[in-house]
Amino acid sequence: MHFEYTIKEGDFVNAGAASSSVKKALKQLNLSSAVIKRVVVALYEAEVNAIAHAYGGTIYVDIDSERILMKVADRGPGIPDLDLAMQEGYSTARPEVRDMGFGAGMGLPNMKKNVDKLVVHTKVGEGTTVEMEVNFVE
Amino acid sequence: MTIKEIIGVLDGNIRCGESHLNDEITKAFSSDLMSDVLTLKDCPLLLTGLCNVQTIRTCEMANLQVIVFVRHKKVTPEMIELAEENDMVLIECEYSMFKTSGILYMKGLEPLY
Repeated sequence: MHFEYTIKEGDFVNAGAASSSVKKALKQLNLSSAVIKRVVVALYEAEVNAIAHAYGGTIYVDIDSERILMKVADRGPGIPDLDLAMQEGYSTARPEVRDMGFGAGMGLPNMKKNVDKLVVHTKVGEGTTVEMEVNFVE
Repeated sequence: MTIKEIIGVLDGNIRCGESHLNDEITKAFSSDLMSDVLTLKDCPLLLTGLCNVQTIRTCEMANLQVIVFVRHKKVTPEMIELAEENDMVLIECEYSMFKTSGILYMKGLEPLY
């Protein structure tokens, strides 16, 4: 299965719509609730990050019988110091992101905790691509 | 405690999910930070003062079924619509987060950690 979702800058009202859609698709596959939760928590954090920090982008999701691959590609400012961004508690979020209950510097760390593989490509002034993989079989 | 009992001790107002009034709840978590909520394992009840659509979305992702909004917060029709899609229970409560947590703790609800 392949899905694509468009992310619009600052579209906080719809933040999570893509993750919700993926959750519904995964439920149809009879996966364990623990695996589904790992996938959707990671994707939701990435989705919120892209809406909060970038100027728009696309989420690509590929699901087969063994794993799910998720790619969240944005056009945005990029991440100047990725090591710093991976540290829990470091955040550059704007006040409206904090008003949503995010922006505490836990997005990337939460993604890392929930996926089997996380790769972040980022270039200042161009954007960031987060690639995540979760295996369905332990 | 049942959800009905929780509403009673908090003098709360249920806004959706009435069919779950007799469901049993044993644990709860209090937070306004949604990234913390996303780290929880097996928690059925959230107490929060963060009252917007993202609260509902976050609980959908984290598998939390019951949300008590403290500090006089009022849920919106959009929040109810999304909660009903996900079979959630939304409760409004006039008390502070501290008082709400204290009452439920004294009544026997357990913390996650």
